[in-house]
Amino acid sequence: MINVRKSLEVLSRVRGPQDVVITNQGSARIWPLISKHRLDYQYNPSTMGGAIPLALGVALTQPHREVIVVSGDGALLMSLGSLVSVVGTGCQNLTVVVLENGIYEVTGGQRTPANGTAVDFAATAQGIGFAVTRSFDELTTWSHFADEIFTIHGPRFINLKVTPAEPQDLQTPAEPAPRQIRRFQQLLETSQD
Amino acid sequence: MFKSTEIVSVLNEMGITHVVWVPDSEMGQWESELESSALQMVRVCREGEAWALAVGLTVGGARPIVMMQTTGLFESGDALRHVVYDLQVPVYALVGARNWLKPEVEDSAALYAQPLLQAWGVDFIMIDQPNQAKELSSHYADCLKAGHVGLALMAE
Repeated sequence: MINVRKSLEVLSRVRGPQDVVITNQGSARIWPLISKHRLDYQYNPSTMGGAIPLALGVALTQPHREVIVVSGDGALLMSLGSLVSVVGTGCQNLTVVVLENGIYEVTGGQRTPANGTAVDFAATAQGIGFAVTRSFDELTTWSHFADEIFTIHGPRFINLKVTPAEPQDLQTPAEPAPRQIRRFQQLLETSQD
Repeated sequence: MFKSTEIVSVLNEMGITHVVWVPDSEMGQWESELESSALQMVRVCREGEAWALAVGLTVGGARPIVMMQTTGLFESGDALRHVVYDLQVPVYALVGARNWLKPEVEDSAALYAQPLLQAWGVDFIMIDQPNQAKELSSHYADCLKAGHVGLALMAE
């Protein structure tokens, strides 16, 4: 199991200056503690399962940059079909990073239906047709892979088996949603290089 | 309600770039014409995905339209609520109103479509005549200008 905050620190290290990172639910609370990048978008409060489709929309309109979306496993389970939608578009610049901890962290840690089962998210993504699928439960191997991640065409699916977050890391206040998305939209318009 | 050539023409006039859809049997007849046009088709597996995807397309600089049936509208209620009230991104949708033109058919999907939209405060119009293509275009423009979600219920 990888410490969830350290797993995201790796992602922050390898993302390029023009790459978009979209987080939601628990990761949207942790990410601002790690990254202050102008192309970060904390999709919170969100409809669970909505982050991957939203990121797909951004990726389709911004083919010159990589779009990385961080989802919890609980949110992914609410919209597993969105992985099929991703592959169906043929988009190559989207990376889905799933933080698998087996619980609904934002509601207090209740078990997901997949908890304790043999569900394999990376194998599922592979079966759907993602170009790259990997699963990591150890920080060093994830870190080494992350160094090369954007040298391979996507769509990419990375499953990280992580620890629950520290409670204080989930307390980061969220910027009002309308203001944040307008700022994000303006940055996408003006940051085309 | 609309012929496939007509809907493509109207969507072009509206400046639409992407069609995000889960088609029903009426809209499904437009598929080949939509595909052969310059519009980008984005097929989603469930209607809840469509709203968020349309938001992503909009903030990325595109002009999408969401297409689904009333049944899908009901299914995707929380995703729509989030777009309308939390994000306030001006996404537009064309929603097939199943059995609207068949009053002899008892269908709760037809019965609850308008009350639901009214309860949610969504700016919508009813299209129940084939000559309302211009109305669709002007309502879309109005919603875009106002910066809020808009929807056209298309009688089927």
